[in-house]
Amino acid sequence: MALLEINNLHAKIAGGEILKGLNLKVNAGEVHAIMGPNGSGKSTLAQVLAGRETYEVTEGKVLYDGKNLLELTPEIRAREGFFLAFQYPVEIPGVGNAYFLKAALNAIRKHRGQTELDAIDFLNLVKEKVKLVELDESLLKRPVNDGFSGGEKKRNEIFQMLVLEPKLAVLDETDSGLDIDALKIVANGVNALRSKERAVIVITHYQRLLDYIIPDFVHVLSEGRIVKSGGKELALTLEEKGYSWLEKEPEGVLAQ
Amino acid sequence: MTLPTTDSFVSNFELAGKLGSEPLWLRKHREQAFSQFSQTGFPTTNDEEWRTTSVEPIATTSFQPASENNGYKIEKQELESLSLGTPDEKRLVFINGFFAPKLSSLENLPSGLILKNLAEALRSEPDLVEKYLFRQTDEKAPFTALNAAFVKDGAFVFIPKGQTVISPIHLLFISTVDGTVTVSHPRNLIIAEEGSQATIVESYWGRGKYFTNAVTEIVVGDNASLDHIKIQTESEEAFHIATIQSQQGRASRFSSHSTSFGGRLARNDINSVLAAEGSECALNGLYMAGLHQQIDNHTTVDHAQPNSISRELYKGILSGEATGVFNGKIIVRQDAQKTDASQTNKNLLLSKEALINTKPQLEIFANDVKCRHGATIGQLDENAIFYLRSRGLGEKEARSFLTYAFASEMFNSLKITPLKRRLERLVQTRLEGPMS
Ligand SMILES: Nc1ncnc2c1ncn2[C@@H]1O[C@H](COP(=O)(O)OP(=O)(O)OP(=O)(O)O)[C@@H](O)[C@H]1O
Ligand SMILES: [Mg+2]
Repeated sequence: MALLEINNLHAKIAGGEILKGLNLKVNAGEVHAIMGPNGSGKSTLAQVLAGRETYEVTEGKVLYDGKNLLELTPEIRAREGFFLAFQYPVEIPGVGNAYFLKAALNAIRKHRGQTELDAIDFLNLVKEKVKLVELDESLLKRPVNDGFSGGEKKRNEIFQMLVLEPKLAVLDETDSGLDIDALKIVANGVNALRSKERAVIVITHYQRLLDYIIPDFVHVLSEGRIVKSGGKELALTLEEKGYSWLEKEPEGVLAQ
Repeated sequence: MTLPTTDSFVSNFELAGKLGSEPLWLRKHREQAFSQFSQTGFPTTNDEEWRTTSVEPIATTSFQPASENNGYKIEKQELESLSLGTPDEKRLVFINGFFAPKLSSLENLPSGLILKNLAEALRSEPDLVEKYLFRQTDEKAPFTALNAAFVKDGAFVFIPKGQTVISPIHLLFISTVDGTVTVSHPRNLIIAEEGSQATIVESYWGRGKYFTNAVTEIVVGDNASLDHIKIQTESEEAFHIATIQSQQGRASRFSSHSTSFGGRLARNDINSVLAAEGSECALNGLYMAGLHQQIDNHTTVDHAQPNSISRELYKGILSGEATGVFNGKIIVRQDAQKTDASQTNKNLLLSKEALINTKPQLEIFANDVKCRHGATIGQLDENAIFYLRSRGLGEKEARSFLTYAFASEMFNSLKITPLKRRLERLVQTRLEGPMS
C-alpha cells in the first residue's frame, strides 16, 4: 500500500478552482519532486495536505498511511507523521521556538503512546539536531521565526522536521532564498531523514536542489494537475526547456 | 439622577464608627465626604467620567459593612499562594478591610522604613498622616468620597529620604464573606521621600460576593523612584472600584503596573500628576476578562511642568461576553513644554460577543510637545494558529499559546523574577479557566 495516494483531487479558494483533478502516489522510501510554473497550485496542494481550512476540497480522495487524510484535523495529521515545511514560515512573536517545539513533539509522542520528553532529554535531542542544520542555538530561545532571516526560517523548518521525525514530509520551496551552503545543509537534513519507512515530497523550481536530494520521481504540476512525470532526468529537461513544451502534449499523461 | 440605594450606606454611616483614634480633622473630612456622597450618590452613565461604566449592579446591591470578626480563618496554604515568593517578604495583610497583624510580616524592617496600618500610623505619626492623607486625590469623586466616609483602615508606607528598599513591600487585601454581602473601603498612603526607591505590590483576592472600594494615594518625592504593581484577582462575583493617584516631584520616576483579572465589575482609575520638571511616568496594564465580566481602566497622565516623559501600554484580552474599557487621558498643561508622551492600547478579542471600548483623550495646551497614541483591536492570527497546529499542537492549545504570547509582553518590564513567574502563572490559570 502506498504511503500517500491522491485521487482526482479538486480544491478551490475564494471561489476559484486551483487543483483540478490531481493524482499522485507516493510509496514509503521514495523521494518525489514536484516542479511547475508559478501559480500552478503546488503550495495549494501542500496546504490542502496539511489541512489548511481556507481551501475547500470539492472532490477527490487522499489516503495517507491507510487513513482518509482529509477527515483529520491538522494536528492529528501532524501527530500521524505528516509534516509540511512552509514556503512562508509564520512569525509568531512571544512564543519561544524551543518551547513550542517541545510542546509539539510531546503532543506527537503522546499520540503515539510514547512517554513525553522532559526538559533535559528534549534539550539533548535539540542540541543534536540543531547541529545537523547548523542553526545558531540562540535561535531556539527566540520567538518562532520572529525576525529570522529568510535562510534561518527555512533551516528552522528543517530543524523542526528533524526533531519531529515525520513519516511523510512535504518541503514547499525550502530551497528558495538559500545560499549554496545553506542549500547543502538543508539537503543533508533531508537526506538524514530518508529511510525505508519515510517519504519526502520536495516542491522546487530548481534542478540544483535535486543534485543534493536525488529524487526517485519528478512531476510537473501545471494548472492544478500533474501533467508529466518522470525520473530525475526530467528535472534536467525542464531546466533546459522550461514548461512551455509540455502544454502541447495531450492530456492523460498520468502520474505513475 | 441619584440612584436610590445610597440608603444602605446612609443608614450605616453612624454605625460605621471611625478610623483609629480619629482626630478632629479626620472626623471633619469623613463627615464632609459623607455629605458629598449623599448629595451626588452613585454616578450614572450620564456622568462623563462614568459613561462607559454602569455601576448599577453596585448601586442596587445592599451591602453590610464588614465586621472585624467574621470568624474567617485563612489557611496557611492560601496565604502562601498569595504571597510574592520573594525572600523575606514584608507584608501587611487586611481581611475585609481590617488589619490582620497575625498574617502580616513586619519583622526586621530596614531602619527608617515605616510600614504599618493607617489606623496605627494615625497614632504614631499623626503629623505625617495629616500632611498627606486625602491630599493627592479628588475627594469629590463619588467613590473616593464614599471611601473617605467609611474608611476603616489601610496601609501606610513611608520610605525615608535617600533610602532604597530592595525587596518589594506587599499590601495584601483579602475579602471573604459568610453569607452577607459586605463592603470594605481600604485607603492606602504611600510616601516615597526625596531620592528614595521602592517597589510596592498591592494585591486583591477574595471569595464570594463583596465590594472593594479602594483608594491609594502615592507621593513620589523629588528624585525618588517608585514602582507600583497591582494584582487584582478578586472573586468572580466581586465588585472592585479602585483609584490609584500619584503625585510626582522633580526628576522623579513612577511606574504603575496593573493586572486586572477578577471581579464581576472592576474599574481601575490610575492617575499620575507629573507636578514638577523632568519627571517620568510609566503606566502599564493587562486586563483579562471572560464570561460576563466587565473590566474598566481609566488612566490620566497629567503633565503639569516641562521636560517630562510618560509611556503607557495597556493590553486587554476579552473572551465570552466580557466587556472591557480603556480610557487613557493625557493632559499637557500650558507650562509643560517639551513633554514626551506616548500611549498604546492593544486588545485581543477571543469571541464574537466580547466587547472593547477604547478611547484616547488628549488635552494639549502646550505647543512644543511630542505626543503619540494608538489603539488596536484584533483577533488571533489564523496563520499562526494553523502553523502551530500543523506541528501537532491542538487547536485549543495553539490559541492559548498565542493568547499567552500576547499577554506575556507585559511582563518584560518586571524586574522581580518570582513576581513575574507568579503573574505568568496567573495568566495561564485564567486562560485555562474563565477565558477559555
Ligand atoms: N487566498 C487566496 N485567494 C485567492 N487566490 C489564491 C489564494 N491563495 C492562492 N491563490 C491562487 O491560487 C493559485 C495557486 O497558488 P499556489 O500558491 O498554490 O501556487 P504555487 O504553484 O505554489 O506557486 P509558486 O511557485 O509561485 O509558489 C494562484 O493563482 C494564487 O493566486
Ligand atoms: Mg508555492
